[in-house]
Amino acid sequence: MSTPLSPTKKEKRWPSLVVMTLYLLFMVIPIYWLIVLSIKDNTEIMNSFSVLPQEPTLKNYRYILTDYSWYVGYINSSIYVVLNMVISLLLALPAAYAFSRYRFLGDKHVFFWFLTNRMSPGAVYVLPFFQLYSAVGLFDTHWAVAFAHCLFNVPLAIWILEGFMSGVPKEIDETAYIDGYSFPRFFITVFIPLIRSGIGVAAFFCFMFSWVELLIARTLTSTFAKPIAAAMTRTVSATGMDWGALAAAGALTLIPGAVVIWFVRNHIAKGFALGRV
Amino acid sequence: MLELVNVSKVVGGQTHIHPTNLTLERGSLNVLLGPTLAGKTSLLRLMAGLDKPTTGEVRFDGKDVTGVPVQQRNVAMVYQQFINYPSMTVYANIASPLRVSGANSADIDREVRKVAELMRLTPYLDRLPLSLSGGQQQRTALARAIVKKASLVLLDEPLANLDYKLREEMREELPKIFAASGSIFVYATTEPSEALLLGGNTATMHEGRVSQFGKTVAVYRNPRDLVTARTFSDPPINTHSAVKEGKHFVLLEKEAGGKGKPVKITLAVPAHLAGIADGPVTLGLQPHHLSLDEPYAKAPSLKVKTQVSEIAGSESFVHVLFGDKRWVMLEHGVRNIDPGLDIDIYLDTRHLMAFGPDGMALAGQAG
Repeated sequence: MSTPLSPTKKEKRWPSLVVMTLYLLFMVIPIYWLIVLSIKDNTEIMNSFSVLPQEPTLKNYRYILTDYSWYVGYINSSIYVVLNMVISLLLALPAAYAFSRYRFLGDKHVFFWFLTNRMSPGAVYVLPFFQLYSAVGLFDTHWAVAFAHCLFNVPLAIWILEGFMSGVPKEIDETAYIDGYSFPRFFITVFIPLIRSGIGVAAFFCFMFSWVELLIARTLTSTFAKPIAAAMTRTVSATGMDWGALAAAGALTLIPGAVVIWFVRNHIAKGFALGRV
Repeated sequence: MLELVNVSKVVGGQTHIHPTNLTLERGSLNVLLGPTLAGKTSLLRLMAGLDKPTTGEVRFDGKDVTGVPVQQRNVAMVYQQFINYPSMTVYANIASPLRVSGANSADIDREVRKVAELMRLTPYLDRLPLSLSGGQQQRTALARAIVKKASLVLLDEPLANLDYKLREEMREELPKIFAASGSIFVYATTEPSEALLLGGNTATMHEGRVSQFGKTVAVYRNPRDLVTARTFSDPPINTHSAVKEGKHFVLLEKEAGGKGKPVKITLAVPAHLAGIADGPVTLGLQPHHLSLDEPYAKAPSLKVKTQVSEIAGSESFVHVLFGDKRWVMLEHGVRNIDPGLDIDIYLDTRHLMAFGPDGMALAGQAG
């Protein structure tokens, strides 16, 4: 059977190859351009067009990593992103367990409402957050951004974790209770290991949102907790635009995301299979 | 001693368990027998304390334990699905109830290895449950139930998902393992043959009610009503509506061609049913009490038309038509009979059961 089939298979292969290559090319070009810009000199960026840099240099990176006003942005972003991930997961784990294991009044409606929460644009909440956090003295702290991002990340984390938890048979819970486990002990020693990949996926999506979110993060901070994305929007100075430094900062911003994706790449597929990602 | 006093369970307006009274003695093996959705699992969950009964009381050794959380009940349970802790090794799985109770690790190790040896799991102690075969997974779950030495052990169709050979093996081993322990065992199953093999006591269940409870053989021989007889028969019991007229059951009345009296097909009333009153009855006879060969001298016979025969290993199910009623016979060996033949079959009427119009048994069986 393979002999008559193989010629047609070969004929049909090249269109998909072309399409995939083009698609990949379009995906990669912006990233490539960003990296090329980051290792070019400002004069080279402004004066010539070249696919490959003529005089590759790392001075833009050196500048970013040694200038406090730049690298503190990464530190600030990392602090509130990690804070947010921890808060979101600590809140979402018990909530998702409740949604997965118990039926209560309005459970389905609340669960759906969580999703609609994600549909509203962040800009809607900028003013109330700013007003509230200024009033309670949280303005320009890492906590402010971490808390604000919870509005979006907690529902998402609950949604993702609920899917993973519902994949664990309820009988395992019951067996544990019968064996004598108390709820906290069961949850930590038996249940959490079973939904490890779900926790990884939820943490990843919290990270993603919080790391790239700009509007709320910039509004709720001024100097002390200024995120990197905000620092990048303030590079216009009297001397003009520092294109090279901006590109280097952008390239560095990609790295944490890439690292996190590397760790959860296998679990993400599972999340997709559950229809929760 | 476990007592269910007037226990019922209603979920969302649906009655899963009708008020039930049941007393299970210490050291006894009790079978809950009934088709799926009969309420076996619901009843087990009430016994375990996983669910709270809507009404009634669960008493253990005379103490009311109705509201006591399952952690403090000293029960063990094995499910039909192979339920283990997937992230723990087989060893840790078996050890888990002992670890939770705070036993010292030398004791735990000794007990785990003993039970693992008993369940033939010793070579797999370091493996994860999901890397084992279904039989090994279920043996792990059983080992966890045994090692706990609970005073109440609940087994919810533990062998249903195992393949035939393993099931036969485990069925033999389980009663031996459990007999030594002195706990109360409750074993839910859909298969009458499993109940008979296990022995002990049987409670037949039907639509959320316990229809009869007693020694397994006694329930099998003398079902209290038609529902119990149906539950405790596989293939299904053959039933026929008849009318008792003196010394005969009139099974069928055929219009004779043209004029003349209708022909009555009758069956002599066996001695053990002689005492029942004349009138309509439902007769019941287990499939293995119908046979192609005369079981004893002068056994009554009836003319039937053959239908399909099914061969199941060493047994054959022969379907026949009596009037418009379909009966099934259980024959030993491979019996392949062409459909559409008129043949005589023999009835072992010593085992004939008779039920009144209300479905209650009218008299006990002889044998």
